[in-house]
Amino acid sequence: MQKIQINDLTRKDFETSQDVRWCPGCGDYSVLKQVQLVLPTLGIPKENFAFISGIGCSSRLPYYMDTYGMHSIHGRAPAIATGLKLSRPELSVWVVTGDGDALAIGGNHFIHTMRRNVDMNIILLNNRIYGLTKGQLSPTTQLGRQTKTSPVGSIDRPVEPISLALSMGVTFAARAVDIDQKNLRDILERAAAHKGTSLVEIYQNCHIFNDGTFEAVSNKKLRDDNRIMLEHGKPLVFGKNRDKGIRLNGMRPEVVSLADGKYTEADLLVHDEQTDCTVMAYFLSRMHNPDFPVPMGVFRAVAEDCYGQSVRSAEAIVEGKRGPGDWDTLIRGADSWVVE
Amino acid sequence: MVEKNKPAERGDTSSPAGSLLERPHRVESLESVVIRFAGDSGDGIQLTGTEFSKSIATGGYEIVTHPDYPAEIRAPLGTLYGVSAYQVKYSNNPVFTSGEALDVLVVMNPAALKMNIDDLKHGGTLVANTATFTPANLEKAGYESNPLKDGSLAIYRLIPIDISGLNATALKDSGLSRKDIGRCKNYFALGFVLYLHNRSLNQEIEKVRTRFAGKPEIAEANVTALLSGYAYGEVCEVFDTRYTVSDEVNLTPGTYNSITGNRAVAMALVTAAKQTGLKVFLGSYPITPATDILHNVVKLPNFNITAFQAEDEIAGVCSALGAAFGGSLAATTTSGPGMALKTEAIGLAAMTELPLVVIDVQRGGPSTGLPTKTEQSDLLQAVYGRNGECPVAVVAARSPIDCFHTTLEAFRIATKYMTPVIVLTDGGIANATEVGRIPRLDDLPPFEVKFRTDPNGYRIYERNENLARAWVRPGTPGLEHRIGGLEKDALSGDVSVDGANHDKMVRTRAAKIDGISKDFAPLVIEGSEEAKLLVVGWGGTYGSIAEAVRQSIADGHAVAHVHLRHLNPLPNDLGEIMERYETILVPEINLGQLSVLLRNKYLREISGFNRVEGKPLRVSELRNTIEGLA
Repeated sequence: MQKIQINDLTRKDFETSQDVRWCPGCGDYSVLKQVQLVLPTLGIPKENFAFISGIGCSSRLPYYMDTYGMHSIHGRAPAIATGLKLSRPELSVWVVTGDGDALAIGGNHFIHTMRRNVDMNIILLNNRIYGLTKGQLSPTTQLGRQTKTSPVGSIDRPVEPISLALSMGVTFAARAVDIDQKNLRDILERAAAHKGTSLVEIYQNCHIFNDGTFEAVSNKKLRDDNRIMLEHGKPLVFGKNRDKGIRLNGMRPEVVSLADGKYTEADLLVHDEQTDCTVMAYFLSRMHNPDFPVPMGVFRAVAEDCYGQSVRSAEAIVEGKRGPGDWDTLIRGADSWVVE
Repeated sequence: MVEKNKPAERGDTSSPAGSLLERPHRVESLESVVIRFAGDSGDGIQLTGTEFSKSIATGGYEIVTHPDYPAEIRAPLGTLYGVSAYQVKYSNNPVFTSGEALDVLVVMNPAALKMNIDDLKHGGTLVANTATFTPANLEKAGYESNPLKDGSLAIYRLIPIDISGLNATALKDSGLSRKDIGRCKNYFALGFVLYLHNRSLNQEIEKVRTRFAGKPEIAEANVTALLSGYAYGEVCEVFDTRYTVSDEVNLTPGTYNSITGNRAVAMALVTAAKQTGLKVFLGSYPITPATDILHNVVKLPNFNITAFQAEDEIAGVCSALGAAFGGSLAATTTSGPGMALKTEAIGLAAMTELPLVVIDVQRGGPSTGLPTKTEQSDLLQAVYGRNGECPVAVVAARSPIDCFHTTLEAFRIATKYMTPVIVLTDGGIANATEVGRIPRLDDLPPFEVKFRTDPNGYRIYERNENLARAWVRPGTPGLEHRIGGLEKDALSGDVSVDGANHDKMVRTRAAKIDGISKDFAPLVIEGSEEAKLLVVGWGGTYGSIAEAVRQSIADGHAVAHVHLRHLNPLPNDLGEIMERYETILVPEINLGQLSVLLRNKYLREISGFNRVEGKPLRVSELRNTIEGLA
């Protein structure tokens, strides 16, 4: 078979013959399409992509990608991907997961991957519900939400994935909405370019079990007043008429109007995704409707050594000191003796 | 090649410093000697025991050791449960176990005496550190009066020594703090015991200086303690017998060293990398008694090994599986509770048909059980403990050195048959030391791995003559494919829920594992040819069983012994061999797990010999059972 030139790759090269088996209208279709559009643009040979997933609707995605892939077990994709990346640093490793997979059963691997800053891209499809098991509450289900396992409304306080990631020192964290194609694609491109763990949280509508949970930020008529697009170095302005902003009042952010003349853009917070301090990104991650607009875009993007580099430099230090290992000397041991 | 203490030097009684008093001593010659050191877990007992064993082993003797330490790192001083012990048996004949009845017992406090005295032979030598026999320590150990003085130890040859006091006196001019001086007392004890066993000190002195190279004042203090202990033995009035073991050389010429089972596993990982040229990846999480494997491997990144300490047991096995998908030789190491956690991922490895070696250093269970004690109770978990029809290969090591060969075979099976392989060792052989001739690379069975690179006609579950699918490294153009935990079409590897296809895949996976047995060498039957009793053992009980069988035969009984490395699949010739015997006895450190497998497969009546006491099977007890059946 002729090796496909990197520059000739198209979306078609990443499609498989498998029938895509998500519910018609599912937000996952949109994510799949954007991923397939982004990969050919990255300058990476097709055979060097590997997609690892766990269990859940989102985790079926690798079956629809014509790359190397493994649909693994519930919650464990980051651990499998870590072993793959550490042993094969030249591969571009992607994890596809969901809110239950990453934050409930797989919470431990999720946090430790980011703590170590293993070079991989984690796509977290957050629909705030268990879809494949038909509608139980998930770790991101909102308080009071009725589900099959919370008939009087959820009493579990939800986890905020980006806050959790920031507390682990994640070096790249971003959020997008499934159907906001342009924004999603830009973010996936940036995540792919980032060295270290990139977390992309995608608000994904499950229209069967949790329809409309992201309506305020996905509906074109509503979204401009309910979301804020993060841009590095730009003041935090939002609203259909770009007449509102976020300023810091003491230690707390607050929404202010730019229309009544009391505040100008100069009073607003300026987004800095590159600061080594995670505090600003953290309070952005705590902003939710209806009190605040929900931030979309890149919360944090900092350059730090990734785990694989650290492992290899530690290995190089040992090898530098001792030279390549000599099997005979090692097996013989330091205090062997000879019998004649 | 470093040549140190040649066997010819055995029995060398020259005093290390040359200036020590020469006195005539009676030297008792024995076929073998069993000695145990016991004291508080902070007394350096394991170090003393290890150093003693090394010194003996370099003399060309065969040794087997048994370290026995509490689960607590530093249990409260002087308590019964804080007693740590280290036992070694040595001989110029084959040694199978660390021995039972002790010839020599060295106790550093009353608790150690209480816990160990029952194992000392009548007339055996008891060395006791008198300084610790204080009223408070005696009470902690449950003694109403001082056993060193009340005559209760009259049946032993008691050597009371104020080890702490003599050590402190010897080191009073060392300039060290009292605490540091106290720490040297285990070297005093070691010096004394080396004297007792007729060993020269030169090599040990050299080792102390190397070990404490960065702290010369500590090194010299320890050397002084060692020399003082040795000198005390020479001048000691109360004591006139030394031990020596016949020094007729039986060993095959070659380079020798001693090794623990855990280190042997680590050496197997290195060797697998060396033989195949592939990277070895070890994903692991600390757990007693398996952690030493990881300790050994992390020091060897210049041997093409990546060791990864994962966040939990599951991540340990999953990272290894990820590395296996990437084309590395992948392993994970654990013990019982960790095995339970890794179960689902081992199922995924069986389903995706990726090579993965899982090393289970068995310990007492269930649950947390007896973390520092040995047991063989994970056999059925290894063979059956997964959801679904999920056969995997299971092999078990019989001795510390056999951990090396068994682990290497596990890698060969895993890659040839594209399957997880579980290696069962146990806390006994993992920590015990065995002396053996060091293999050369050419001595080992060949080990080569091939990846598929040809994309033409590739189908994920197309199988070769061994029913194995091809191993494909990501990064190979044209062979992009997806695998996973869902059942797949028997050829294309597409997701399939078809019943007939599932039935076919279930049977194929089973047949693949069954087929591994065609590669096994014929079983070796040890013992009498005319025997009607066959003892079938597996794994780490080899030493106890072989010794019991040897003694029974020497006593005129006809008994044969076959010892299994392969537990799944079982060897093809086992059924036919068992048919030749009237009685089958299966000794195990569990309630009869191999018995279950053998009864099930061969429909044979099996007698069990089962003890679950956290220690190796007792030879004398097993021998009684054997002789009752033979």
